[in-house]
Amino acid sequence: MSGNKGGASPKPRRLSKLQSPGKPPRREVVGAKKHRTGFRDRLDSYRSHHRQVAGESLRRLLKRPLATLMTTLVIAIAMVLPAGLYIALNNVDELSQGWDGAARVSMFLKFSVDDSAAESLRSELLKREDIAVAEYISPSAALAEFRERSGFGEVLDQLNSNPLPGLIILTPHAEHSGTKQLDALRGELAAMPQADIVKLDMEWLQRLNTITEISRRLTLALAVMLAAGVLLIVGNTIKLAIENRRAEILVVKLVGGTNAFVRRPFLYMGFWYGLMGGVLAWLLLQACLLWLRGPVSELSGLYHSDFLLIGLGLGESLLLWLAAAGLGLLGAVLVVGRELRAIEPR
Amino acid sequence: MIQFDQVSKRYPGGHEALNKLSFHMPPGDMRFLTGHSGAGKSTLLKLIMVMERATSGQVLIGGRNVSKLPARKIPELRRDIGVVFQNHQLLFDRSVFDNVALPLIIAGYGHRDVGRRVRAALDKVGLLDKEKLNPITLSGGEQQRVGIARAVVNKPALLLADEPTGNLDPQLSAEIMRLFEQFNQVGVTVLIATHDLSLIARMPYKLLSLRNGQLVNAGGGDERE
Repeated sequence: MSGNKGGASPKPRRLSKLQSPGKPPRREVVGAKKHRTGFRDRLDSYRSHHRQVAGESLRRLLKRPLATLMTTLVIAIAMVLPAGLYIALNNVDELSQGWDGAARVSMFLKFSVDDSAAESLRSELLKREDIAVAEYISPSAALAEFRERSGFGEVLDQLNSNPLPGLIILTPHAEHSGTKQLDALRGELAAMPQADIVKLDMEWLQRLNTITEISRRLTLALAVMLAAGVLLIVGNTIKLAIENRRAEILVVKLVGGTNAFVRRPFLYMGFWYGLMGGVLAWLLLQACLLWLRGPVSELSGLYHSDFLLIGLGLGESLLLWLAAAGLGLLGAVLVVGRELRAIEPR
Repeated sequence: MIQFDQVSKRYPGGHEALNKLSFHMPPGDMRFLTGHSGAGKSTLLKLIMVMERATSGQVLIGGRNVSKLPARKIPELRRDIGVVFQNHQLLFDRSVFDNVALPLIIAGYGHRDVGRRVRAALDKVGLLDKEKLNPITLSGGEQQRVGIARAVVNKPALLLADEPTGNLDPQLSAEIMRLFEQFNQVGVTVLIATHDLSLIARMPYKLLSLRNGQLVNAGGGDERE
């Protein structure tokens, strides 16, 4: 409020003239309003200039469609690679999410635990809230199954005692199937006196997760490198554009153009290159996904799975476009200032 | 309007273009800046435009000391000065209209204002019917007049011209000079650098004659040589 008062007080006479004579003058309000409209006018003209420059630099690019397409394509390819890997990793994640639910813990019992003790342990374990299914396989049942499946029946007959231990197979609830939770469960079970060995049937899944994590980091590193590539491509293209418009820049500076004025069309140029590259990358990705969708659903059908290839969501698509536009703009910013300082009328 | 106090300009390499030059040009004046090539005419104009800075001394334009003007204030100063170049400095990638409109667009004029002022300036130089043409299709004299329209479209208080008739025949040169006189009559301060002595001999304006970076005529250049 004090700022408004300060703004209004230097010209009280002019302001009170603006008041209708019947009402007492309310200077702060009028002062604030006046200031705002002035600011808005300036903002309007600034914005309309931006619109104009943005449109003009886009038209300039579209006037030379082939050269523009080349640059855009290079940017797009540099964006497709990391974005494509990202999509692939997302799909792997989605797949292994489905398998997490199928995690099982095998608890091999000591030989000292007999069938009835094992049965009571099984029902006790079933009372735990994180366990959905518990199944006891007695040594004799295991032996029978082994005999049937392995074809070593005669060899087994030679043995005078059953070498197989009792086994409880536990299936945790889906919400308790996280890698850490399963590890904790395994530890708890192994600490029980009846347990001999407790095995987690998901070590391969952990390996997959680790590989996915490594791939994720590699993708990120690749994305960073390719982003640097995009910066260089845009920077170099804009450097050439500045060189081509050297005469114009000189004249503009001679008749009083500010550096910001001279810079603006080139910054927009970088923005457009980036955005077009991002949109083109998105289109290429969509085409790839469309091309893969058929075979992938066929494959998942063979595995009796209803897995569907996931593409880019709306948020991710927007992020891709914005990142591309931002990279283009940044590439322009990095090169424009230095190049334009070098062009001074002599 | 233009005041030089003991201004020297030494280029890297030791060449001394101006040597302790002092003169004063009041507002509304029109003068010719003469001298052989290398006498310092271009340097003097460049100091006014702050394309170069004085090695020592002060340059005051409209009361502002431009020797110490920070770089970001230079565009503002240049908007108040119209400049006509010997080689026109027109842009051949756009129409006559757009060439003349450039200073207005830079200064942030609204769309309607631009149209009105550009047409007024083109009318003044007699090229209103050529606004849609590319300046490359115009004759040398017409191109120079487009350059003049661009220099005055912003209604500057100071108009500089560097050899504006350099490539023109005597009749076209006289026409161009008449245009400058007309601007001077409405109050614009005009400084024209030229070596065309036959042209200025017929005109009743004061001379600033340079030789080796110094004024030839003593007394601040107020007398004719």
